[in-house]
Amino acid sequence: MTAPRSTRSLCHAAAALALLVAAGASFAAGADLGQAEKQPTNWTAISMFAIFVVGTLFITKWAAAKTKSAADFYTAGGGITGFQNGMAIAGDYMSAASFLGISAAVMVGGFDGLIYSIGFLVGWPVVTFLLAERLRNLGKFTFADVAAFRFSQTPVRVFAASGTLVVVAFYLIAQMVGAGQLIKLLFGLEYWIAVVIVGGLMMVYVLFGGMTATTWVQIIKACLLLAGASFMAFMVLYSFGFSPEAMFAKSVEVKTGIASAAGNTPDDAARQGISIMGPGGFIKDPISAISFGMALMFGTAGLPHILMRFFTVPNAKEARKSVLWATIWIGYFYVLTFIIGFGAITFVLTNPQFLDAKGGLHGGGNMAAIHLANAVGGNVFLGFISAVAFATILAVVAGLTLSGASAVSHDLYATVLKRGKADGASELRVSKLTTVVLGIIAVVLGIVFEKQNIAFMVSLAFAIAASANFPVLLMSVLWKDCTTRGAVIGGFLGLTSSVLLTLVSPAVWEVTLGNPKGSALFPYASPALFSMTIGFVGIWLFSILDRSPRAAKDRAGFQAQQVRSETGIGASGASGH
Amino acid sequence: MQTDLTTRVVRDPKYQELKSKRSRFGWWLALAMMVVYYGFILLVAFDKPFLASRLGQGVTTIGMPIGLGIIVFTIAITAIYVRRANSEFDALAEQIAKGALE
Repeated sequence: MTAPRSTRSLCHAAAALALLVAAGASFAAGADLGQAEKQPTNWTAISMFAIFVVGTLFITKWAAAKTKSAADFYTAGGGITGFQNGMAIAGDYMSAASFLGISAAVMVGGFDGLIYSIGFLVGWPVVTFLLAERLRNLGKFTFADVAAFRFSQTPVRVFAASGTLVVVAFYLIAQMVGAGQLIKLLFGLEYWIAVVIVGGLMMVYVLFGGMTATTWVQIIKACLLLAGASFMAFMVLYSFGFSPEAMFAKSVEVKTGIASAAGNTPDDAARQGISIMGPGGFIKDPISAISFGMALMFGTAGLPHILMRFFTVPNAKEARKSVLWATIWIGYFYVLTFIIGFGAITFVLTNPQFLDAKGGLHGGGNMAAIHLANAVGGNVFLGFISAVAFATILAVVAGLTLSGASAVSHDLYATVLKRGKADGASELRVSKLTTVVLGIIAVVLGIVFEKQNIAFMVSLAFAIAASANFPVLLMSVLWKDCTTRGAVIGGFLGLTSSVLLTLVSPAVWEVTLGNPKGSALFPYASPALFSMTIGFVGIWLFSILDRSPRAAKDRAGFQAQQVRSETGIGASGASGH
Repeated sequence: MQTDLTTRVVRDPKYQELKSKRSRFGWWLALAMMVVYYGFILLVAFDKPFLASRLGQGVTTIGMPIGLGIIVFTIAITAIYVRRANSEFDALAEQIAKGALE
C-alpha cells in the first residue's frame, strides 16, 4: 500500500467513526439535523421552493375567505374528510428530520435505522384504539376540551395549556434550528435568513388561512414528499432489478470495501460489512430501549398538534379513517426511507462526487437522501427534493404554531380568563395575536439555539407528551374515579419529572451542558418509563385520596361523558359549533 | 334533558353491549400491538444473533422480514379495528342514538 493511500484510509476510518457517533447521538435523540456547513447558492432548489410558496399563498388567500369564525380558524369548520385529514396528519408527522435523519441512519447502520423508524409508527394503532373517536366525540377545538370535559375547567385547562405549550416549544425549537441548518445546506442561504423566512411564511399561513390553509399546506407537502421518496426508492430498486437481495448484497459489498480500505483485516471488514443486516449498537440496555419505545409509542398519542387534527373531521367515522390513512402513509414512508438508506450506501458512498476528502458526505451525514436524489434524478430532482424538505419544515411548524395559539386563546383566554364568556370574534383576535407572538418567539429561539446541541429536544417533546398529556387524557376519558385534583397533580408530576429526568440524562447533562462523562444522575436514554409511571400513579393516587365535593361532582359526571364519548350523542357536528 | 337522555341511554342494553364489545376489542388489539412491538425490542436487546441469522444462501437476514412485517402488522391491525368500528360499532351507536332521541 502506498503512503498517500494509507493516509486516505485512515481518514476514511475517522470519517466512518464520526458518522457512527453522529448517528448514535441522533438515535438517542430523535434524528435532529445537527450542525451544517453552508453550500453554494442552489437556484434550482430556490425556484422550485418559490413555486411551492406561491402555490400555498394562493391557497391561503382562498382559505382566508373561508376563515371567518373561531371554529373555521381552529378546525377548518370541521369539514375535512378522513382521507384529507389522514394525509395532513402524515404531513404533520413526516418531518424533515425523519426523512433525512432516518435515511441517513439506515445508510450508516442499516437494520438499526429500521428499528428506529418502527418506534415512530407503532403509536398510531394505540391512538386509534383508545383515543381517536373518543376525542372526536368529546372535543371541539383542543385536547383540553376532552381532558376537562367533566372537571373543574380552570385547573385542568391551565395544565393542558402548559402541557401543550411546553411540547410545542421544544418541538418548535428543534424544527426552527433544523430549518436554519437545512436551508443553509440546501439553498446556500444564511442561517438567520432561513429562520426568518420559515417564521414569516408560517405566520402568514396560520394568521390568514388558519386550519384550512395549514391543512392544505400539510396535504400538498405530504403528496410531494411521498412522490419524491417513491421515485427515489423506485429508481434504487429498478437498478437492482427489483431484487432486495441484490440491493442488500451490493450494500454489504460496499460496506465491506469501505471497512477494508480503512485498514481492517479481511475478516473484520467482512464482519463490519454484514453488520448492517442485523441489529447493531442502537439498543444498548433493555431499560433505555423500552423507555425510548414508550416515549415514541405513547408520545404520539399526546402530541397536541396531532390531537387537534381530530377535530377537523365531521364525525368519529372520519376520525378513524383519518388515522388509518395516516398509518398507511407513514408506514409506507418508512419503507421508502429504508430503501433510500440502502440506495445511499450503493449510489452515494461509492461516488467520489458526493464525498469529501475524509470519505464523509459533503454537507454532513444527514445529506444521504439529498445526494441520492442527485444520483438518481440529476440536478433538477435534487432541487425538487431540497424544496420539499423546506416545505416539510414549514408545514410542521405551521401545525405546531396553530396548536400553541389555540391553547392560549381557547383554553387560557376564553375558558380560564373569560370564564367561557368570550365571544368568538375576540377569541379569534387573541388567537391571531398569539400566532404572531409565537412566530416571533420561534424565530428568536431559532437564532438563539443556532449553535446549541438540540438533539434531545424532539425526544423530550415526545417524552413530555407521553408522561403528561397522554395519561391525563386517557384517565379522564376511561377512568370513572378520576378527579380534577388527581388529573392536575398527576399531570404536572408527569410533566416535571420528564423534564427533570431529561435534564440529568447523559444527552443533556453531559453532551449539551458539558459536564464530565459518567456524571449524569439518570443513566437512561429516555425518561418515559419512569415519568409515565409517575404521571399515571400520581393521577390514580390523588384521585382516590380526593374526598372533596368537587371530586364527587367529577365522578358523577362520568356517565354522561361516557355516553357521549361512546355514542357521539351531543358531539359537536361538522358545522354545529 | 341531558340527564334524562343519559339515563335512557345507560338503560339501553345495546349501549352496554357496545361499550363492552368496543372496549374489549380495543384493549385486546392494543395489547397485541404492544406485545409485538416490545417483543421485537426485547428480541433486539437480548438475541441479536437471531435477527442477524441469514435466510437461505444470500445476505438477507431474518430481521428484515420481521421488521417490515411489523410495519405491515401495524397498518393491518389498525385497518381491522377501523373496519369493525365503522360498520358494527357505528351501526349500534346509531341505533342507540335513535332509541334515545325519539
